[in-house]
Amino acid sequence: MSEASTPPTIGRSSPEITAAALATAPGFRSRHLPVIVLAVVLAALPTVLPNAYYYDVAIRILANAVLAIALNLLIGYCGQISLGHAGFFGLGAYGSAILTTHRDWTAPMALLASAAIVGVVAWVVARVILRLKGHYLAMATLGLGIIVTIVLTNEASLTGGPDGMSVGDMKLFGLRLTGEKVWYPVFAILLVFAVVLAANLVESPAGRALRALHGSEVAARVVGIDTASFKTRVFVLSAVVAAVMGSLTAHYLGFITPQVASFHKSVELVTMVVVGGMASIWGSVFGAALLSLLPDLLARFEGFETVIFGVILVATMIFLPRGMVPSLARLVRREGR
Amino acid sequence: MSQFLQLLFSGLTVGATYALSALGFSMIYNASGVINFAQGEFIMLGGMVAAVLTASGLPLPLAVLAAIVVVALVGLIVEKLAIEPARDADITSIIIITIGVSMIVRGVVEVTMGKGSRALPHFSGETPIALGGATLLPQSLWVMAVTAVVVAGLAVFFGRTRLGKGILATAHNRLAAQLVGVDVKKVLLTSFGLAAALGAVGGVLIAPIATTSYDAGLMLGLKGFVAATFGGLGSGVGAIAGGVLLGLIETMTAGYVSSSYKDAVPFVLVLVILVVRPRGLFGLGPSERV
Repeated sequence: MSEASTPPTIGRSSPEITAAALATAPGFRSRHLPVIVLAVVLAALPTVLPNAYYYDVAIRILANAVLAIALNLLIGYCGQISLGHAGFFGLGAYGSAILTTHRDWTAPMALLASAAIVGVVAWVVARVILRLKGHYLAMATLGLGIIVTIVLTNEASLTGGPDGMSVGDMKLFGLRLTGEKVWYPVFAILLVFAVVLAANLVESPAGRALRALHGSEVAARVVGIDTASFKTRVFVLSAVVAAVMGSLTAHYLGFITPQVASFHKSVELVTMVVVGGMASIWGSVFGAALLSLLPDLLARFEGFETVIFGVILVATMIFLPRGMVPSLARLVRREGR
Repeated sequence: MSQFLQLLFSGLTVGATYALSALGFSMIYNASGVINFAQGEFIMLGGMVAAVLTASGLPLPLAVLAAIVVVALVGLIVEKLAIEPARDADITSIIIITIGVSMIVRGVVEVTMGKGSRALPHFSGETPIALGGATLLPQSLWVMAVTAVVVAGLAVFFGRTRLGKGILATAHNRLAAQLVGVDVKKVLLTSFGLAAALGAVGGVLIAPIATTSYDAGLMLGLKGFVAATFGGLGSGVGAIAGGVLLGLIETMTAGYVSSSYKDAVPFVLVLVILVVRPRGLFGLGPSERV
């Protein structure tokens, strides 16, 4: 991505000049520097992670961050709430589990097939329910997620029912992905990829159209933006990302239950987006990290996790309605002036 | 035939509690435009508080009354502390706030009253009444009768009292209501307290039949929401019709089609309704402000 914005260098320009030009190129620092910092931090992190437990925590954060970024495109940029996104995650997870276990498909094929199925499902759903607004959309997506959970729980011959089912290892390019240390780079690369992709999407004409949508759908339509088509595409995109993450997580964990698709998980994802900051990619990363760490951080307040979780939600919405990262960024900017 | 009658009885019983829950949703939606995702927790809280109080020796009628008062107070506190400060927030934020409130209520109940499920004694014995080859629990009669009384009471409240009319006016047009002197803040507070009390009544009524536990609120609330959407958000008649119909369809499906997919019925139904007739059976339909 950095190549794209490198100014053309002529003949004998020294590397310092190029670097200086790069660093002062308009928008470079604000747009690319954080991504590079993220990549460096993720690459360096294994040197300080003491054991498999910490790797597991890191992987959970990475996976949730990717999910939150994809969901934020829908919630933050399109202004469309989904309270059933874990349903797509669950479909991806179970799609991979069922196809590899009962049909002997290879894991990558199962992943692709599950993602494709979810894509089609999401497209059909989007055509129908994205006409709805506000509470009606919340209700429809919520219902969808719950139906997925109920089907996964009841079709025990395929899914193992409420007790869940085990999932085999994933082999990619002859490499067997197993254990936290092997999975860590996979999820780390996915997160960097997701951040870059989302940043580019947000800055693209399509992205600006999305922001217009969030401002006012009617206004966006008036200036000639095909709002329905945009909403549909973003909905499908975020659903497919959720499905892919579901597949990967299923292989990583090696065991899944219908809880992966639960309403609770959907709420958790929305919370990451909203607490971190709607329409803020870094907010989603932050929100995912915070909410993934919360159960561990709150472990000593035994029993009070749910209460504290709820208090954080309510307090954030009341005091930092734009979410933590955008609100704090605004504060810093005002201080700087 | 007797099976049908049996299903009809239990459908009406469940439907009555859904109707109470749906009325709570509609009431808050009307007064504030908020969908209160914590409504289910009010139902759960009502049942739990009453169960804990009777278990500690309080006579049943007193425990029931106390539970309703406690939950109504919780409703008022929720409105004051969580909803009022966020008056200008958008729909997504308010949905999140009410979800946060529901977690707080659920968590506090989990910590203070335990994870186990609790039951309330039946109000007037457990001897089933035989009727047309089917049996009917006395508690079912309580559920239906109390629901009917509550609905009648609400009709009087909204039709005859100043405060009730004020709530209706606010639902219709907040600014206009404010202009003619309706205290909109008071309306909001009242509707939250009333909705919470309605939830508690439903929770107390159903607790003897279906046991209750700290995590029972989610499904009860969601079904109330489905019933409200089904009947038409914001419509009182719609909430009652939606609740009763939902209860009937759900039990009929459980009886004749598949009991394991019983819980999926409301959600499939609401998807169909939203696609075919988003305003619900009796609703006025969503309108969009530019």
